[in-house]
Amino acid sequence: MKRKIYASLDAAVADIPDGAQIMFGGFGGAGFPNNLIQALARKGTKNITAISNNCGTREGELGLMFKNNQIRHVIASFPGPHANYFQERFAAKEVTLELVPQGILCERMRAAGAGLQGFYTAVGVGTEVAEGKEERLLEGQRCILELPIHADYAFIKAHLADELGNLTYRLAARNFNPIMAMAAKTTIAEVEEIVAVGSINPEHVMTPAIFVHRIVQAKGLRYAG
Amino acid sequence: MTREQIAQRAALELPDGAYVNLGWGIPNLIADYLPKEITVYFHSENGILGMGRRAKPDEEDFDLVDAMKIPVTLISGASFFHQADAHLMSRGGHLDVAVLGGFQVSEKGDLANWKIPGTKGPGGIGGAMDIAAGAKTLIVCMEHTTKDGAPKIVRQCTYPLTGLACVDTIVTDLAVIDVKPEGLVLREVARGWSAEEVQSLTGASLIARQQIPEIDFA
Repeated sequence: MKRKIYASLDAAVADIPDGAQIMFGGFGGAGFPNNLIQALARKGTKNITAISNNCGTREGELGLMFKNNQIRHVIASFPGPHANYFQERFAAKEVTLELVPQGILCERMRAAGAGLQGFYTAVGVGTEVAEGKEERLLEGQRCILELPIHADYAFIKAHLADELGNLTYRLAARNFNPIMAMAAKTTIAEVEEIVAVGSINPEHVMTPAIFVHRIVQAKGLRYAG
Repeated sequence: MTREQIAQRAALELPDGAYVNLGWGIPNLIADYLPKEITVYFHSENGILGMGRRAKPDEEDFDLVDAMKIPVTLISGASFFHQADAHLMSRGGHLDVAVLGGFQVSEKGDLANWKIPGTKGPGGIGGAMDIAAGAKTLIVCMEHTTKDGAPKIVRQCTYPLTGLACVDTIVTDLAVIDVKPEGLVLREVARGWSAEEVQSLTGASLIARQQIPEIDFA
């Protein structure tokens, strides 16, 4: 059996090259892979394309990566009122941004995970989001074509993992994590506890192990924002 | 009317048993003004249906927060799901009512609510475009004019758009206005205001069919 459990956070991110495209779970302070983010900051990977709902809370969450100038391009829905390090880099043109409606961000990632080459939606028609996108009339509605968002890596945060990588999430800390887990070539799950195979009821598994490639236990920073 | 009174008036638009999303700003105040006899199921874009009141200090769990990052509670019968399902509920026409804040609403019901031109930074869309495209009923709560006195209800939006022809009702500090195929229909005015006075602060024509009643919270 291929072992997915990594002994340390640093080992779990050791191979991530400059220029990698990485998804980061989390929303509203909950469900962020803060310990993996800190490990990637230590490693110093540069020129990252980050896919994340927001752009950090001061130094917390992705804020640290913007502070360290590790991110070159970001695909986000709501950079956020406290993303000051992102705002500084954006104003200095050191970071570029693609702004995406939040549900469409989810669906574009899900399309990538689902092996779909895109979809049409009425969301964003007639707005800045539609600029440069193919438009057509479907079911009597103006729609635009949205393309998948793939990633080399997804950094996600879960509550429990079994040794195979079946995951559960706490409360609203689930948010983007299950979607991103499906969309990346390599999904790295930071979890609070690793349990034996069979100890999570199969009916309660939220992300099946097939989507999870690396597991690392991290009890440190549950909240960083 | 105050922001709280706008929220109080908008709360009266929510039917018993409705699934409802409340946006940032004035809409977020609505939960405090629900009539006691009704139950609504609040939806949060981070994957909660049946969100309850804000958590007291001894109840706070930072894995259970609303879209504004504030710790909340659940009501009986609540559920969790991932973010794609949360927005699917908005976009797919499953939400009965959504209430958003607004910077501008046009006479056709176009909404601009995510970026004010000339302000610092790139703005943020969040879940607003998904909601605008899919909610069965969209109510916008906002002040009737900007701080400088410019109308926020206009013939055509000049700010970046959130959605086209998506708004059904506008609740402001001065009036309740319905967006109908024939235009903007004035339904109620704030206490002490006339239809003519409301029209003078509105950048598009209002249709006032009869004597317009005053907003009544009772």
